[in-house]
Amino acid sequence: MTELPLIGEAIAVAAHDSGVRKLTGAKIGVVTFPGTLDDRDAARAVRLAGGTAVPLWHADSALGDVDAVVIPGGFSYGDYLRAGAIARFAPLMSKIIDAANSDAKLPVLGICNGFQILTESHLLPGSMIKNDHLKFMCRDQVLRVENSNTAWTLDYEAGQEITVPLKNQDGQYIADEKVLDALEAEGRVVFRYVGFNPNGSRRDIAGISNAAGNVVGLMPHPEHAVEAGFGPSSLDGVGGSDTDGLGFFTSVLNKIVGGAK
Amino acid sequence: MPRIVVDVMPKPEILDPQGKAIVGALPRLGFTAFSSVRQGKRFELTVDGEVTEEILAQARNAAETLLSNPVIEDVVNVEVVEA
Repeated sequence: MTELPLIGEAIAVAAHDSGVRKLTGAKIGVVTFPGTLDDRDAARAVRLAGGTAVPLWHADSALGDVDAVVIPGGFSYGDYLRAGAIARFAPLMSKIIDAANSDAKLPVLGICNGFQILTESHLLPGSMIKNDHLKFMCRDQVLRVENSNTAWTLDYEAGQEITVPLKNQDGQYIADEKVLDALEAEGRVVFRYVGFNPNGSRRDIAGISNAAGNVVGLMPHPEHAVEAGFGPSSLDGVGGSDTDGLGFFTSVLNKIVGGAK
Repeated sequence: MPRIVVDVMPKPEILDPQGKAIVGALPRLGFTAFSSVRQGKRFELTVDGEVTEEILAQARNAAETLLSNPVIEDVVNVEVVEA
């Protein structure tokens, strides 16, 4: 196997050379807040999927010309106040909120802390509270893709099961019954935990979308399952492939280059 | 200097996992009189000078927008405490 550089420029270059100019021209912004941990992994996932990752800083006042945005995991502002609560008021977030709600419907993916930031921003309903068992949990988690029509799940089949790492302490998704019923009725439950609910989330919900399907948030980490040899294939007997998470990033890239943005 | 105290509690219908852990620990220390615990947050906002109605309104607004998340929490008290 060829060794990959830490920053996957070689992938982008290879894709470029083979004539996939359109794909490498698709720019996915990856936001870094103070305390973000997974921005480099998210950027790498974008590159492995064939796109160009653009670093965005929370204090930036403009989004630039990115075609989509990933808000990665971590502990922005140390989870002080509430997870995601302070990050939500960063200057860049107001631009992301406006772009996500605009007619252009900027695709936005929030992973883990990014999901918490999206609920605090009211781009997605509900909230996350501490895991019902109170412990930080890290495991390979099986998810079922319930909706394959969002900007971030087009490359999956509805009902497909995927395995990606999960690691959080405040991962219990809650919303009132009315909101939960509406999410179910509108097909906005995008991912559900399969076999084991790792945090007490209502109705086994692992991820949801907004009504338009351009904004998706989930607690598990697809960006950690994008590369053969470094994914969850056989670590704890859950099985699956190492690259089940790559589809998030190829989905949005296909949507962008397909001109359906 | 006066302070504005803001108290925030988890909504009654939301199970408070931290309170549940505390109520489990109390009897181990011999505190057996308490059947339930709910854990909230207290914020103290210091004001340089007099607390006007306008400043109090700002505090209430901050309590609803930043200090609490209305999906999971209620602002149960906003009051002025003279130092």
